[in-house]
Amino acid sequence: MTRRQFWTGIAALVVSLFVFVVPFVFILFMAAKDKKEAARLEFNWPTEWHLWANLVEVIEARNYMLLLAYFNSTVITVGAVSLLVILSAMVGYILQRRHSRWNAVIWAGVMAGLMVPPAVVPTIWVLQNLGLFKTLHGMILIQVAYGLSFAILLFRSFISTIPRDLDEAAIVDGAKPLQIFFRVILPLLKPATVTIIVVQSIAIFNDFTNPLYYLPGKENVTVQLTLFNFQSQFVSQLNLLFMNILLITIPPLIVYIFFNRQIVAGMTSGAVKG
Amino acid sequence: MKRKSPYPYWFVFPAAVIFTTLFLVPSVASLWFSLTRWDLFTAEFIGLENFVQFFKEPFLVQGMTNTVIFAFVTSSLKTVLGLLLAVLLTSGIFAQGFLRILVFFPVLVSTIGVGITFTRLMHPTKGAINIALAQMGIDGPGWLTDPSLALFSVALVDVWKGVGLATLIYIAGLASIAPEYYEAARIDGATRLQQFWRVTVPLVRPATVTVITLSLIGGLRSFDIVWAMTKGGPGFSSDVLASVIYKQYQAGFYGLSTAGNVILFALVALIVIPLVSWMNRKEVDQ
Repeated sequence: MTRRQFWTGIAALVVSLFVFVVPFVFILFMAAKDKKEAARLEFNWPTEWHLWANLVEVIEARNYMLLLAYFNSTVITVGAVSLLVILSAMVGYILQRRHSRWNAVIWAGVMAGLMVPPAVVPTIWVLQNLGLFKTLHGMILIQVAYGLSFAILLFRSFISTIPRDLDEAAIVDGAKPLQIFFRVILPLLKPATVTIIVVQSIAIFNDFTNPLYYLPGKENVTVQLTLFNFQSQFVSQLNLLFMNILLITIPPLIVYIFFNRQIVAGMTSGAVKG
Repeated sequence: MKRKSPYPYWFVFPAAVIFTTLFLVPSVASLWFSLTRWDLFTAEFIGLENFVQFFKEPFLVQGMTNTVIFAFVTSSLKTVLGLLLAVLLTSGIFAQGFLRILVFFPVLVSTIGVGITFTRLMHPTKGAINIALAQMGIDGPGWLTDPSLALFSVALVDVWKGVGLATLIYIAGLASIAPEYYEAARIDGATRLQQFWRVTVPLVRPATVTVITLSLIGGLRSFDIVWAMTKGGPGFSSDVLASVIYKQYQAGFYGLSTAGNVILFALVALIVIPLVSWMNRKEVDQ
């Protein structure tokens, strides 16, 4: 490392400290203050740390709404991501292995899914007619529908790196299509699968707009919506609002620490032509 | 006898059913419902009245122009800053890995949480940003209270949150440029700046196309950051189409809300499709 690289690095660190670290420290400080001090909005060290007391109060607020929200968000995230992985891997597999004019139709669907903004009220209308409006499984299916395109693209490009000889060998051994897919192909897709699990679960966990539209109702609250509900209730209790922000920031942080590499792989999959 | 394909089309079926019912059907239905006065149960055909209203009501028109402004401001800032940051973070500087982590982390954080945090940091009198500016002798503006500034303040926060993704995509793009190009440029006596403009910028093009496409589509559709920070206010000064759609939905004007959806789709299609095909064509030319 040259001298110049060292000092540029130091300068960049100082700047990013202000730009990228200060907001998070602000969240932490606010979450630790008492009600009066938090209302002053100052960026300073809390005179007394009330982290635990605030934590308990946020969890107990509105009859343990936050715990219910964590439960709901977990159910939606796990359900949607598992379905997404299996269904999109199957589509990506067919799209890559078989060539006919149906492929053009599938491609058109994938592209539409990436570009077209979902039509919200008509979607509510469809959900209502199917009896899925305001239900967790309806929300799961919505997240699957919206996440399919990205996952299919990723799986398709990954499957192109798996030699067809493997399928042929399995066919010769008398394997049925389902057996080939689940016994031979799916296990080999693990890197792409992990990437999709990580990226999509963060996206679904952080989703605000879709639950806002498709999952109204107190018993259906998700973590992002608690923030919104608390915002009106906690105008005078900013410490609790920020404790809530802190609590919903922690899961993505943990995932990021453990799956840094997969996130990077997933997010950049479209960058280099493949 | 024809052998059955080992890649049967019914594999696509479950995904296709979910996608069709919950995405395609509503999208197509929106074309019809946008022409109606609608309460979810009965739809009364009123022709293009909803669209006429969109282009006549000043606050709805403002929602449309704001959407375009917001998308272009955030997309161009993310593209430029993303490339510069990526170049910086691949140049072998001190603490490079740690800096990459810092820049990227906001991408993973809840947008609503970020919005609420910055709303407080941007408070006109008590917010940390204006207090810091005051200490440097600058009179900070009312970031979110000044109607002419609110939209740009929200855009700035959106860039803060999203620039990490652009940077990451550019880092991957830069890594795919063979070092021989830079060696050849150096031998020819190119300065660092010339290397940047003549080697990096043209060769990182696929990444640029990705960044612009993603950030434009995302920018045109932005809702949560606007909703968390200003709810479209003060007045309607920072309303975007997605927040107008939500407001009309809340007010029970389902037909009007759906017309907003159709306009949003038209906007995405009119801006993104020509741009992407133009960018891809130039790529083939080279």
